[in-house]
Amino acid sequence: MKEDIAVTAESVVKSFGHGAAAVRALDTVSAAIRKGEFFTLLGPSGCGKTTLLRLIAGFETPTSGRILLGADDVTDLPPNRRPVNTVFQSYALFPHLTVRENVGFALKMLGRPASQISARTAEMLALVKLEELADRATAQLSGGQQQRVALARALAPQPKVLLLDEPLSALDLKLRKEMQVELKRLQQETGITFVFVTHDQEEALTMSDRIGVMSNGKLQQVASPREIYTAPVNRFVADFIGETNFLPVTLVKEGARLGSGEIVAAEGKGGVLTIRPEQVNVVRADKAGAIGARVENLIYFGTDMHVHMRLGDGAALVARMPLPPGGDGGLAPGDAVGVTFAKGAARLIEE
Amino acid sequence: MAKPGFTVAHLPGFATIAVGVFVCLYLPIITLVVYSFNGGSSIAVWQEFSFRWYSVAWGNEAVKDATVRSLVIALSASAIATVLATFAALGTTRRAPYRGQTFIYVMINQPLMVPEIVTAVALLIIFASIKVATGYHGLGYLIAAHSAFCIPFAYLPIRARLEGMDTVMETAAADLYASAWQTFRYVTLPLLAPGIAAGAMLAFVISLDDVVITEFVKSGGQDTLPTYMLGQLRRAVTPEVNAISSALLALTVALLTAFFLLTRKRD
Ligand SMILES: Nc1ncnc2c1ncn2[C@@H]1O[C@H](COP(=O)(O)OP(=O)(O)OP(=O)(O)O)[C@@H](O)[C@H]1O
Ligand SMILES: [Mg+2]
Repeated sequence: MKEDIAVTAESVVKSFGHGAAAVRALDTVSAAIRKGEFFTLLGPSGCGKTTLLRLIAGFETPTSGRILLGADDVTDLPPNRRPVNTVFQSYALFPHLTVRENVGFALKMLGRPASQISARTAEMLALVKLEELADRATAQLSGGQQQRVALARALAPQPKVLLLDEPLSALDLKLRKEMQVELKRLQQETGITFVFVTHDQEEALTMSDRIGVMSNGKLQQVASPREIYTAPVNRFVADFIGETNFLPVTLVKEGARLGSGEIVAAEGKGGVLTIRPEQVNVVRADKAGAIGARVENLIYFGTDMHVHMRLGDGAALVARMPLPPGGDGGLAPGDAVGVTFAKGAARLIEE
Repeated sequence: MAKPGFTVAHLPGFATIAVGVFVCLYLPIITLVVYSFNGGSSIAVWQEFSFRWYSVAWGNEAVKDATVRSLVIALSASAIATVLATFAALGTTRRAPYRGQTFIYVMINQPLMVPEIVTAVALLIIFASIKVATGYHGLGYLIAAHSAFCIPFAYLPIRARLEGMDTVMETAAADLYASAWQTFRYVTLPLLAPGIAAGAMLAFVISLDDVVITEFVKSGGQDTLPTYMLGQLRRAVTPEVNAISSALLALTVALLTAFFLLTRKRD
């Protein structure tokens, strides 16, 4: 299995500053990114995503721990000797060079023959559909075009790993959606391992093969988008990805006991039960096995409706359901209702 | 149109003062240039329009000699100062902050702070002993002295440019397999070029203009244009001095214009 790994981080710690003022940007991060996968680092601002990327690129050295590319320890290798390229958030295109010269820059630095450089550059420009703009100055390009140049420039030397630090955050929504598709296509066509940074969970869920969720310098969970969504390991991951309900429970033989006394089946372990709003069914109050609840509020979202409820012990619970045609499903604030959870959807997690 | 809350144009007397300052700045220069075309021998009484004093200056061997010397010194000194200033600017902006950085800035800018006459006397004394010891009396002393006091003038614009340049460009170059030298050669240097040109030009003009240090350091027969003119003023003053000054002015304006046009195109 080891040969399938493109990037390994081994107990990586990165601190900035000294003494009391020191900031621990990365706290014992270990991860293995597979060859050819679209791997996304997801987390809120300041959680250390950029720092981890810069360590892989070689712009920073870890305070402790190791970085491996394939089987090679590159912890102390300078960036120009790592087979890794970066697409910078600000693009960082060279303003004194044309589009073509930007794309050919890495090959020129590697001392490749001119014929090879021009062939590869043309191939890259075709890949990102920028042939017509090859001789423009980069300052004359739109944001989306600059983005493509940055991609072509980073892909030209055929790196083992491509690092992308929030490359889409400067684009407007429409262009962003286009580039998401484009990036995915480029990744599949080139087969290069992509390590992509974003704080947009939807972007992460739609594009990635696997996601690493970070918070506070720690890698909380690494899993497929589906698993991250359906089986978050802790409260942070569950809360950060999509909407969810948290209910305090105590473990008993039959399952988990809610504060209001009912016992529900739940997988996983921990003292908190989590259930996605769309997995909560609102039923008649007298239905067998239903948990008693009272409707507090109804909120409409076009085709969907959110039902805000309180359980017997006052815990809040939200259900999301498709809006019944032409109505409110016969619900009104103050109604006593019953609640059931979709089979296997309730999970126990750590605080 | 939005009404600006405050503009200096509303201050009473502001326009008058501004006009007054411009008159004071430019009237002497205009007078100088006008009288350089005076056909008579007086620098104060206008007679007729003529190029007489330009041709006198052109035919004057001493003027030619001083001009060539001035240009040789200014070109060499500004070249040396610019190279050193570029390294100094890189050393003070392109590395992690270190202890004593402020002290280094002060050291580099020493010629801006120490009175010129003090440096001149100091150089006179040290060069005098070197001259005795080595027997060398050439232009080297002047070039060395000019290089030294030109360094801060070259340093300041280069450093300003480097500080304004985002280091992400150099990071990107390193990411794209450029070695430290390649990064400097293909990214830092081309992006820095306008700053280097500005520094070199400033150093050139400062060197061309210098009187005090040159007067103290020069050996016999090593007059530059400014020291030659100063010598002339002590004797008979003719509009020849106006003609030479006007030519010097034209050269400076031409340099400035060329630089302005060049940098405007680049950015
Ligand atoms: N060069 C530095 N010096 C000091 N502290 C730093 C440095 N770089 C990062 N940090 C700190 O490390 C932490 C992580 O920063 P990082 O840039 O990795 O966050 P991020 O996840 O990329 O955030 P964002 O989404 O805002 O880009 C932050 O607290 C930041 O202030
Ligand atoms: Mg970041």
